[in-house]
Amino acid sequence: MTETQVTATDSIGVRPVGLWRRALRHPGFVVGGVLLLFFVLVALGADLLAPHDPYAQSLVRRLRPPVWSANGSWTFILGTDPFGRDYLSRLMHGARIALAVAFASALLAGAIGATLGVLAGYFRGRVDQVISLLISTRLALPALLVALAVLQVAGSGLWIVVLVLGSTLWDRFAVVMRTAVMQVSSLDYVMAARAAGASHGRIMTREVAPNVLGHFLVVFSYEAGQAVLAAAALSFLGLGIQAPQPSWGLMMAEGRSWLLVNPWLIANAGVALMLLVLAMNLVGDGLRDVLTPGERF
Amino acid sequence: MLALLGRKLVEAILVGLIISFVTFLLVTWTGDLAIALGGLGASREELQQLRTTHGLDRPILVQYLDWAAKALSGDLGRSFFSKEDVLPLILSRLPVTATLAVCSIGVGIALALPLGILAAIRQGRWIDHTAQSVAAVSQAMPSFWSGLLLILLFGVNLQVLPISGYENWASFVMPSLALGWFVFPILLRLLRAGMVETLNTDYIRTARAKGLSPRRIILKHALRNAVLPVISLAAVQFGQLLGGSVVIEAVFALPGVGQLAWNSIQRADFPVVQAIVLLVAVIFVTMNLLADLINGALDPRIRRA
Repeated sequence: MTETQVTATDSIGVRPVGLWRRALRHPGFVVGGVLLLFFVLVALGADLLAPHDPYAQSLVRRLRPPVWSANGSWTFILGTDPFGRDYLSRLMHGARIALAVAFASALLAGAIGATLGVLAGYFRGRVDQVISLLISTRLALPALLVALAVLQVAGSGLWIVVLVLGSTLWDRFAVVMRTAVMQVSSLDYVMAARAAGASHGRIMTREVAPNVLGHFLVVFSYEAGQAVLAAAALSFLGLGIQAPQPSWGLMMAEGRSWLLVNPWLIANAGVALMLLVLAMNLVGDGLRDVLTPGERF
Repeated sequence: MLALLGRKLVEAILVGLIISFVTFLLVTWTGDLAIALGGLGASREELQQLRTTHGLDRPILVQYLDWAAKALSGDLGRSFFSKEDVLPLILSRLPVTATLAVCSIGVGIALALPLGILAAIRQGRWIDHTAQSVAAVSQAMPSFWSGLLLILLFGVNLQVLPISGYENWASFVMPSLALGWFVFPILLRLLRAGMVETLNTDYIRTARAKGLSPRRIILKHALRNAVLPVISLAAVQFGQLLGGSVVIEAVFALPGVGQLAWNSIQRADFPVVQAIVLLVAVIFVTMNLLADLINGALDPRIRRA
């Protein structure tokens, strides 16, 4: 932590140590944090943890039921998919894809949105008008439709999905950062920096940015969850992550034709997806309550 | 109020212009219209001929203005696939999607209204925590997954509802539940926050002190204020659902605008995609304006601004 950040947080009366203590007393944050940590560990250790090769197909062991069914077995705890691949192993490796997409998309969206928001909030006037128009335009565009059209033309795959999601999910970053920067830049110490002759770039990076970092983190965790949902929808429709990759959205699409035979093919991937998004939203709520008390997002 | 409305109107028109230009570029850059018109077998000379007759060799800005002038008169081009006029094609699909959007918002409000009021008046108690937890869970569920679970429950196990296609009102039940379930948490959060805020204001305290019945205070005085932002959010959500129903229409094979968009994307029928994106954007912008108007009509503080 740099010196500016400490003094900056001091000025609004919250010390970083106190932040941790308050975060750990926030039940939602703790539950979400533990859940998120679990997914991160599974994703990182998928190679070691997964009981089978997630890509190994076998016709003789297709559509095995999960262990709690009448004829399930502990060899394939969550059963096998229509290609005979171990479901649990695919679910574990799928966590890696989901987290990579979430993190990278939210980071790209954050870079775009925060830049626009900081510029609009700091310079106001004409700059703000142009950027606000840009935000309104983005909000009016049906993001999913545009994303599908772009993916159809440009081809699919993990990084294209990240690129498309990153360039559509930036609006909330821009809106929130704009308001936050407007509030911060009218505070005394920013005025003081300006009076002392600091350049706009220096004020934005040294004085303003550290104080709106909290807002950024809150939006980041919400948008990471949104990215997981959007990526799942794209993969479900067949234009996102491509087979044979174990993307959760794709797994649900593949299991759809077997809805009657083995509903677990859809249920389990959906539960994993829901828990991950829930974890990200809970962490977001917790960060909001602790870092930016009294504000709505 | 008039000044505010004027500013919003100018902004809406600018947004419409930008989006029309962006969608125009999307079509121009993503494919060769001459090939689309002449077919893949067309010779080089035939393609050149088509470019000249359709004006595709002119500067992009001239082409855009030409297209925009036609679009304003209702001519949004023809489908590559069916050669039909795009606008009537979309309008024929709009009722299904609009019905779906209205029903979904209805489901969302029907869930959010009672839960939001209860959560606000019993703030911090178990009903509040339950409502918020339910909202958190439903917010984390992708709508296509809720749709599949509903199919599993009502269509396969209970066999009481049609699982795909469009026959009658029953075809809307599951899709609306799935989308409404997704809309509900945002409405709930907003309503609860609004209620909590209004219940702590001076005039509610005055009403209490005057001895008005709690039911009257909550329903007449507090709800009226808390429901304001919910109405405008619902209007905005309606606009978003028109573009966001793609996945649900795909899951339930509902023949709405979303399905048309999805099919058109799959067969690279870009005039149709372009027109749908444009139309959805225009409807969204209009709903936003409408929401501002409703807010202005209901809230004198905004009217005077």
